[in-house]
Amino acid sequence: MIEYIPQFIFVIVLVGATLFFVKNVSSLKQNINLGKDVDRKDHKGLRFKKMMKIALGQSKMVVRPVAGILHIIVYVGFIIINIEVLEIIIDGVAGTHRIFSFLGPVYDVLIGSFEILAFLVLVSVILFWTRRNVMNIKRFLSKELKGWPKNDANYILYFEVVLMVLFLTMNATDYQLQMLGAPHYASEAGISGAFPISQFLLPLFDGMSVGTLVVIERSAWWLHIVGILIFLNYLYYSKHLHILLAFPNVYFSNLENLGKFKNLEAVTNEVKLMMDPNADPFAEPEGGENEEDIPEKFGASDVQDLNWFQLLSAYTCTECGRCTAECPASQTGKKLSPRKIMMDTRDRLEEVGKQLDKGEEINDDKQLLDGYISREELWACTTCNACVDACPIGIDPLSIIMDMRQYLVMEQSAAPVELNNAMTNIENNSAPWPYNQQDRLDWAKD
Amino acid sequence: MSESLNVPTMASYLAEGKQPEVLFWVGCAGSFDDRAKKITKAFVKILNNTKVDFAVLGTEEGCTGDPAKRAGNEFLFQMQAMTNIEVLNGYDVQKIVTACPHCFNTLKNEYPGLGGNYEVIHHTQFLKQLLNEGRLKVEGGKFKGKRITYHDPCYLGRANGEYEAPRDLLRKLEVELIEMKSCKSKGLCCGAGGAQMFKDAEKGDKEVNIHRTEQAVETKPEVIAAGCPFCNTMMTDGVKNKEKQDEIEVLDVVEMIANADDL
Repeated sequence: MIEYIPQFIFVIVLVGATLFFVKNVSSLKQNINLGKDVDRKDHKGLRFKKMMKIALGQSKMVVRPVAGILHIIVYVGFIIINIEVLEIIIDGVAGTHRIFSFLGPVYDVLIGSFEILAFLVLVSVILFWTRRNVMNIKRFLSKELKGWPKNDANYILYFEVVLMVLFLTMNATDYQLQMLGAPHYASEAGISGAFPISQFLLPLFDGMSVGTLVVIERSAWWLHIVGILIFLNYLYYSKHLHILLAFPNVYFSNLENLGKFKNLEAVTNEVKLMMDPNADPFAEPEGGENEEDIPEKFGASDVQDLNWFQLLSAYTCTECGRCTAECPASQTGKKLSPRKIMMDTRDRLEEVGKQLDKGEEINDDKQLLDGYISREELWACTTCNACVDACPIGIDPLSIIMDMRQYLVMEQSAAPVELNNAMTNIENNSAPWPYNQQDRLDWAKD
Repeated sequence: MSESLNVPTMASYLAEGKQPEVLFWVGCAGSFDDRAKKITKAFVKILNNTKVDFAVLGTEEGCTGDPAKRAGNEFLFQMQAMTNIEVLNGYDVQKIVTACPHCFNTLKNEYPGLGGNYEVIHHTQFLKQLLNEGRLKVEGGKFKGKRITYHDPCYLGRANGEYEAPRDLLRKLEVELIEMKSCKSKGLCCGAGGAQMFKDAEKGDKEVNIHRTEQAVETKPEVIAAGCPFCNTMMTDGVKNKEKQDEIEVLDVVEMIANADDL
């Protein structure tokens, strides 16, 4: 019986971690579904292609070559090394040793490439840490990164260093045990796996007894897999969710020209009614149907007024700051930072989600507007779309800014005075300046 | 020279029972702003010279609603849009050319959903078509060999993916085209978009147009070429702020073509 205890513990840990992850995913879904509906289910083929190119293919990452290439190494490492995790899980449940080793030379190639990738990931992660903490790269120094966001970013990097070191330690001791002919490790078919990187760690374990080596190997093996399961569950609390959400986010991202802003249908109906000479302005809305068409409010002052794609994007954002680095307002020292718009949206969404989890009413004393995002930020945007173009995974901070401006203008008439003047001019004489529409052709007469 | 401009209106065309090849949408800046009016006239000169059969709406034209929409006033935008669509559809307009990327973007992308379906092109795209059809001849002239940098208007470039038409025209002028640090899809805004033109900027370290002008000045240009009346204003102000107005001209691409052989 006693020999099954590790397997038993492993299954409990695995199931527990999976259940906790599922619970977090359902909270995530609940919060995202607080958003309004938006149709992003059309053009399935096109969306799939875009996802393959931009999310899987990382095509927009390499716009910044240094960070882009380092990121691709870590990303490929992450995906490929996960094949090894599959073996670890099977070994853990079944109590086997390197179950895939029957693949022979193929297995050697696999393990060998995992090792090389693990080493490259280690180097890349150290470079990432240096970029973030030592080199004064402007997009990592912004105000919105102070505190938790900066720590979060570093924790992820430390996690990856620890996981890669454990992986290589596990392999090195395993290799040593196989060479020593230790029971459970050695096989008659010879050495299972190739160890191009961890072989250099062997001197560290020279002269150790089989017993000591087994303890080190088992500790590394356990810490590695438990570390991965903790990391999986850390995602929900971290900016690192992008490793999962980048795919749906790109898939559901906007396919239209960036310049095309959506037309509000409820407004269209109202304007049509106003312009129809046959319409009776005092008529009762027919069958109450129209009342449903009129939204409770125009634009967005809180997260529930945004659509689910915008909320998905808030969770997807990994706070890289490429948007903010390209933003003309941010570049010239204004308060606006498109990255902060996404971070604020997520923070507020989390707050609302927690209230809902506790069965409380959503606290209306605080909103996304003013509570997180100030009016000054919203009015600094030039709608130039640089942030949207810069995002490597299809996030559109501009759409949130626009929805919030709509709320300010249409619900609160709270536009800056000069803008109100321009809008009054448009209303009265069809130009943003106070010129008479009858003089519109005067230029041809000058 | 402006007496020679021939600017027919849609109303006069209708009276004669004719339909022009293309409607020239002048826009508010092109109609009222003194600097932008010069761009309008330069374009009309080329249209006249190349015998393009065009007309304008004149007093029947109104703001497309772009600044209202981007300021957040969807209601005012749609009022403007529907009024304009009624006029445009009334004349059975099929094709529209405009020298303003904001009008271009709104007419092209946001009017179809409200019942206004037209082929909409920017004047640089139109000029390139004329060039390809052999109707317009562009030669180096006075800009030949000069250092020119081109500023991408956000609503032509990033918003609608047109980076090459204006550059192709400049190459035809045999200029030495030098790109700024941020160009094409990474082009930096002039600071006027999103209704910023009509309000003061929020507090910051500097104005966006100064920042952009600095990027332009770095290329040591003789001319900053633009394709938008608002960018033109912002860059002109920026050049003045840097006290470079004696060395650097800010010109629309169409003005350069019209001036190349002193049309």
